[in-house]
Amino acid sequence: MNKGTTGNGDGGTAVAEPPREKLTKKAITADHPTWCPGCGDFAVLAAFYKVLEKRNLEHEKIVTLAGIGCSSRFPYFVNGHGAHYIHGRAVPLASGISLARPDLHVFLFGGDGDGFSIGGNHLDHGARKNINMTYFIMDNFVYGLTKKQTSPTSPIGFKSKTDPTGAIDQPVNPMKKLISAGATFIARTHATQVKHMMEMIDRAFDHQGFSVIECLSECVEFFPDVFDPADPKKGGSFEVIQEKKWDNTPEDELRHDVTDELAAYKLAQLPFPGVFGVFYQSDRPTKNALEKKWIQSSREKTGNASDLEILQKTFDRMK
Amino acid sequence: MSERPDTAAQTAAPNGERADLRPENIQDAVIRLAGNSQDGIQTAGAFLARLAGRSDHDVMTYMTIPSTISGGPSIFQVRIGSGEVLSAGDEADFLVAFYQHSYQDHIDFLREGGVLLYDSDNVEPNLDDKRFFYVGVPITGLTIEALGGTARDKGKNIFVLGLIAKIFNLDVDKLKKLITEKFASKDESIVNTALMAFQAGYAYPVGNVLAKHYRFEHIPRPSGRAQITMDGNQALAYGLIAGGVRYGAGYPITPWSSVMETLRRELPKYGGIFVQAEDELASVSIALGCSYSGYLAVTGSAGPGISLKAEAIGWASMAEIPLIVCNIQRGGPSTGLPTNVEQSDLHQAIFGSHGDSPRVVLAPSSVEDCFYIAIEAARIARKYSTPVFILSDTSLATRIEAFDEPDLSKLMVNPKPDLTPRQTFKPYPIDQITQHVPPGTRILDGKYPLLAGLEHDEMGHPTGSPKLHMAMTAKRRNKLRKLAEEIPVPEVYGDQEGDMLLAGWGSTYGPIHDAVAMARENGEKVGALHLRHLHPLPNGLEKIFEKFKRIVTVEMNDQGVYGFGQLATILRARYCEPKITSFTKTDGLTFRVKEILDGVFKGKSFAARHIPREGAAIVHAGTAPENVKSTREVVPQGVG
Ligand SMILES: Cc1ncc(C[n+]2csc(CCOP(=O)(O)OP(=O)(O)O)c2C)c(N)n1
Ligand code: SF4
Ligand SMILES: [Mg+2]
Repeated sequence: MNKGTTGNGDGGTAVAEPPREKLTKKAITADHPTWCPGCGDFAVLAAFYKVLEKRNLEHEKIVTLAGIGCSSRFPYFVNGHGAHYIHGRAVPLASGISLARPDLHVFLFGGDGDGFSIGGNHLDHGARKNINMTYFIMDNFVYGLTKKQTSPTSPIGFKSKTDPTGAIDQPVNPMKKLISAGATFIARTHATQVKHMMEMIDRAFDHQGFSVIECLSECVEFFPDVFDPADPKKGGSFEVIQEKKWDNTPEDELRHDVTDELAAYKLAQLPFPGVFGVFYQSDRPTKNALEKKWIQSSREKTGNASDLEILQKTFDRMK
Repeated sequence: MSERPDTAAQTAAPNGERADLRPENIQDAVIRLAGNSQDGIQTAGAFLARLAGRSDHDVMTYMTIPSTISGGPSIFQVRIGSGEVLSAGDEADFLVAFYQHSYQDHIDFLREGGVLLYDSDNVEPNLDDKRFFYVGVPITGLTIEALGGTARDKGKNIFVLGLIAKIFNLDVDKLKKLITEKFASKDESIVNTALMAFQAGYAYPVGNVLAKHYRFEHIPRPSGRAQITMDGNQALAYGLIAGGVRYGAGYPITPWSSVMETLRRELPKYGGIFVQAEDELASVSIALGCSYSGYLAVTGSAGPGISLKAEAIGWASMAEIPLIVCNIQRGGPSTGLPTNVEQSDLHQAIFGSHGDSPRVVLAPSSVEDCFYIAIEAARIARKYSTPVFILSDTSLATRIEAFDEPDLSKLMVNPKPDLTPRQTFKPYPIDQITQHVPPGTRILDGKYPLLAGLEHDEMGHPTGSPKLHMAMTAKRRNKLRKLAEEIPVPEVYGDQEGDMLLAGWGSTYGPIHDAVAMARENGEKVGALHLRHLHPLPNGLEKIFEKFKRIVTVEMNDQGVYGFGQLATILRARYCEPKITSFTKTDGLTFRVKEILDGVFKGKSFAARHIPREGAAIVHAGTAPENVKSTREVVPQGVG
């Protein structure tokens, strides 16, 4: 197999590398989104396009991935390499890609059900292992695709098809869950606040490690208006976390230290709609880096032998 | 011992005269060590197996593992032969009993005229039973004495190894070298202690009670290649590495764990990573991520874990991603018999997911074949962009065999993804076999592929079109038909036509072939057919079936509601052939040759009990183009 993963189908024709053009919105736009008009997820897509355009990433290195849900349709609307996987398991899928191919930009999109319920365990372990990826969760407090069942973030009292008299189970607090699981970049934003959303994506992308953004993204169909309390245009207030500038001013004393886990936890306790911005960030080494280190030392121990030489040596010991 | 020496019958009476050991050439011996697993009988047995491999003998081991963590009664059986050894042996020629329970539980496995070597400090055999020869040695006491009276009997296993070395005239230098190598990484005193125990066993005047010692005849192996000795899970792991697999993920479960342990340890040397995932769903997903990224990856488990991976395997089938899934089968369902053997996951492998989700299923027939089938699985997964199952089982996983060292220079596959830019790319061309193009590949017309779990068009865009779903379902199925064309028709062993064809798959290869050899010695017209490719089946089997009056599959699974084993059910569905039946069992143990003969020739008793050895070489004919023997189209290829 000299030609990598080649099969015998229509691989198109292999050609020499032509020069690159700047990445444009047009180049990365695929199918027209199938979301309901007014769905919060449109704004997320628009913000994502803008960040990609601004960063002018190499087109073929952008990988968008998702599980299942309305929000998880995302990869279909981005023209780039990508995969639409199964419900709740996109974090491990992305982990495999991230570990095997550090040259790629791994973006993951999904909903609250996908990420906090069926995929909740994977979220914890991706965070704990600190696998490098950017994970954007469109939290609408409801199951959209399956048409209005209670989600793990639905507030108590929410009337859904599975809780006709109102939800009774304590919802997940995504920020708390992520802090305790060990995610190394944790942020919260709101789909109506495009500039803030872009800033969060930008910073999450820059972060080396497991970066997660929870974005309140309204399901106009099954849970309308729920995020108005955080939308200034609808009479709410969008309260942004003031991060420490380390400028030795008295004001700075009051600002949030993003490396302080306990402080982040306290912010996460604030009542709905809470605050927005970066809750926590740490430069703990990634699994990618730790595995790479082990590979390097293992390779050195073999004297950087060829694959054939290493296996032959192993077999010689079994004679 | 196939050369049935009139053992020390007269002269070996426990109080007999001291006689010098007379050598006697033998071709085949089954030695069963019975004790507790914490006594290290596996270690002693493994030394014997390694030595046999190094000395150009054929060897096969068989062991039972207690399912309790603290250990417990267990056996390790080694069969050493001058010539091809296919099964671990129905009966022991030589039983070593460490405890009274070992003696009681295993004396019935000793053949008449066999030798019981027992620890006279712990075992009181019934010496009135005149079927056997008795050699009592105070193993515990002598070991403690030899090791300086530490009152610890650790080392009994190596003491016994010394005894066996003496009795079977084994190559002491090679054994000492193996012992030294084994403990080399440990404290020097450990090596010395082991060698002292060995020497003490070897020096014991066993000639006082046994008149003969045995010498394995040396028959040079036809290949002239050196032999390597390992268990099936090691062979599988190294086969994957040779096949170019550099990434994978798994979750521990018996008997799969040792594959993942080997890969976790070895892959970094090759620049790869094996991830221990949080669960089975994550491990298949991580492996799919690696495969998607361009590095063919492996995941594996035993039945319970494969059940959890089933949804993701359906996605791999739909999205057409190469993937290797190993199932080291054990007794099921549920936690079942976790340390026993069963072949009850064949249907799960072929069908287990949801929807119509074609995938390839292969099964290795021996430890050696675990190595080669892994390489073939990797080749098929890439070429057909499909999940490929490797169905091994507990007995293959844990048994040790010696086999010809593979020619790695011809076998090693380059694992690197091909990222050459392409002008255009369609991930799902309807009338062609999908080829996976990993991310990082520039597509110059600017249209990038999306790999989709939703039904899709040729570019991967979702579609609800019934016509497309029909066409794509057919496309995914037809690539397996295409594969069937390049699978060689397996060779029939024994009679090429006759009264009965025994068909099998997986680890039953050895006992089925031995059963056929023995039945033929007794005048039966019988052949054996062993399938390594279970889904799709090779084309042309019907031509073989035509030549036999009955076809009986021999399987370690239940006959099911309709009375047929899992392979028989598939063959009956495929060939609509009522003469296909099955002989199945679910006792969690490997087939004994006699059991197969009793099962398929009900009521017959065979006089000759010799198993001729010639002609039973395992054929590793894979689906490599040069091995393609039949390109006959049995099934139409159209979309429909
Ligand atoms: C294994 C499995 N279980 C259930 C479903 C059905 N299902 C699809 S999406 C979904 C919930 C989606 O909710 P969320 O993740 O919050 O996404 P949203 O649609 O709200 O964006 C469910 C239950 C499925 N596709 N797969
Ligand atoms: S159902 Fe809700 S979440 Fe889904 S697309 Fe419509 S508005 Fe968006
Ligand atoms: Mg939701």
